[in-house]
Amino acid sequence: MRKLLFICLALVLGLANVAYCADDTIKIGVFLPLTGQNAFGGQLELDGVQMAHKENPTILGKKIELFVVDNKSDKVEAANAVQRLIEKEKVQAIIGTYGSSLAMAGGEVSEKAHIPQVGTSCTNPLVTQGKKYVFRVCFIDPYQGAGAATYAYKTLGLKKAAMLVDVASDYSVGLAKYFERSFTKLGGKMVGTLNYQSGDQDFTAQLTKIISEKPDVLFIPSYFAEGAIIMKQAAELGATFKIMGGDAMDNPKITDIGGKAVEGFTHTTFPYDPSMKNMSAMAKKFTDGWRTMYPGKEPNVNSALGYDAYMIILDAIKRAGKADPEAITKALAETKAFEGVTGKTAINATHDAEKPVGLVVIKDGKKLYEGEIVPEL
Amino acid sequence: MNLATFIQNILNSLTLGSLYALVAIGYTMVYGILRLINFAHSEIFMLGAYFVFWGITLVHLPWPVAMVLAILVTASLGVLVDQVAYRPLRDAPRISALISSIGVSFFLQNVAIVFFQAIPREVYRPQWLEDPILFHGVRVLPLTLFVPLLSLVLMLLLIYIVYRTKTGLGMRAISKDIETSYLMGVPVNRVIAITFGIGSALAAASGIMWALRYPQLQPIMGTIPGFKAFIAAVFGGIGSIQGAVIGGLTLGFIEIMTVAFFPDLAGYRDAFAFVLLILVLMVKPTGLLGERPEDKV
Repeated sequence: MRKLLFICLALVLGLANVAYCADDTIKIGVFLPLTGQNAFGGQLELDGVQMAHKENPTILGKKIELFVVDNKSDKVEAANAVQRLIEKEKVQAIIGTYGSSLAMAGGEVSEKAHIPQVGTSCTNPLVTQGKKYVFRVCFIDPYQGAGAATYAYKTLGLKKAAMLVDVASDYSVGLAKYFERSFTKLGGKMVGTLNYQSGDQDFTAQLTKIISEKPDVLFIPSYFAEGAIIMKQAAELGATFKIMGGDAMDNPKITDIGGKAVEGFTHTTFPYDPSMKNMSAMAKKFTDGWRTMYPGKEPNVNSALGYDAYMIILDAIKRAGKADPEAITKALAETKAFEGVTGKTAINATHDAEKPVGLVVIKDGKKLYEGEIVPEL
Repeated sequence: MNLATFIQNILNSLTLGSLYALVAIGYTMVYGILRLINFAHSEIFMLGAYFVFWGITLVHLPWPVAMVLAILVTASLGVLVDQVAYRPLRDAPRISALISSIGVSFFLQNVAIVFFQAIPREVYRPQWLEDPILFHGVRVLPLTLFVPLLSLVLMLLLIYIVYRTKTGLGMRAISKDIETSYLMGVPVNRVIAITFGIGSALAAASGIMWALRYPQLQPIMGTIPGFKAFIAAVFGGIGSIQGAVIGGLTLGFIEIMTVAFFPDLAGYRDAFAFVLLILVLMVKPTGLLGERPEDKV
């Protein structure tokens, strides 16, 4: 019996050794939430990664192997998952993840092991802060604020802006700060910034004040729970100005709750939507490819970001000419004009993606992808 | 601030304040009789709102029918909560029932998250409620006129029940001394069940009004209004029905007027409301209309 066990062990070790020694493959690890609260987004991103892998299985004449680990929407599991990818699978690069807190937990491990990690849709500024080996293919929250300001001032020609900001949310405060900075820099005037706190449901006092200042546009960097009823109350108080918001307002329920009050509302988002007009060649190729590969399932921005995360690593390997982790890291940091599904992407000094910001407008009770804008910071 | 803006703010305050008052009446009634702060009140409030909009959207009931049904269902739920969570603790120290009510609050909230999901849902409003009445640059919502009226009617009705009916007599007896009430032949458990039924019906009515004013349903929608109304009830003198109405209106005015006159403080207006509450309680520890606690022999 003991002998048998020994033979088995030897066999397993031998196999593992063979896999490890096979130098002609490049190993990319993926850690995403495939179970737990974030499973929905995680699965869509994984589908995107796997599709990219299926379409591009080799680089530099070497085969690419994907290792997928579920981080279970849990911070501790996320760190364990990255540890496993690095120590057991010996990956050269890592993709992940959906969820900023998960990305932060995983990023600590990659940073220590000097393995490059590319985040998909983790938008909190802290994810890449002070990290040499952590990158992401999405832009961060404040970047959108600048996009909204540029659209309001340049495209729509609105000169006076007001804001209604949630002081209890970093997301809201960050977005507001960059909106104001960009809007005033472009030459616009801020006529009033009023605050509220997450959970508030009565905004009549703030809105009455804002209406009396007669702005052209009101920017509400809110979450969906407050955003729709803010617009409802604004309409009841007779507001006629344009209202704009950030990606947290992206919710299919918006027209159900807001009704006529959300008509014309515009929010920024990541620049991909299967319903977008004037799709770039990359986006079109991705959408068509997706529909053949996953019939009956619509792609969304998460799947596009998963796809882009894989492709930007390949792009870095190609430019580096080798798949060594340090070389990939260096090449990733130097990314200037990567053509992704979600637009032309550059990696900036803080390792965040800079790319056009998408715009969605509510028209006739439906969400309509309006186009993209390059923010003027 | 011009006159129209000022009047608009007064109307805003009136709407918000009377909603607080409506919720506060329910808190104060249960407290006045049982000396129990029913923390589950804010969840009953949320369920009442959900029930009525289900009645309309799923079963296609007409408005008034859905409303009456929802209030009845919620009232029965309140009685059930009493039977399950509070009745076994009737003889236990008061703090046990308080903890039990916090437990019920969390339980109902989580059940709601599981069954209704956390995503906010739309509220159907009848058309006559949608359109504001325009009057010299001031916009008045029909609800602004209706809610204070409803609060007033419910307040009077409640005072009638407590002071003019036999059940009310039982309630007042229980509030003085529960053990003696048993001895005097007051059907204690029945009266308490009725108290919870009425309290929950009030919570449902206020939940429905709240949802009409802020048309969005979510499992946590009761928490903040519940806290605010509790503050209002304490401010007005917990246990006093008139006090709850005055407390609610005062809180509404403070919140709106703080933002109207000091826009920079808008994000911190709750802190303002709390500071005021503490100041009032320092001067009048029982609240504006609260009774002096009687020494028991």
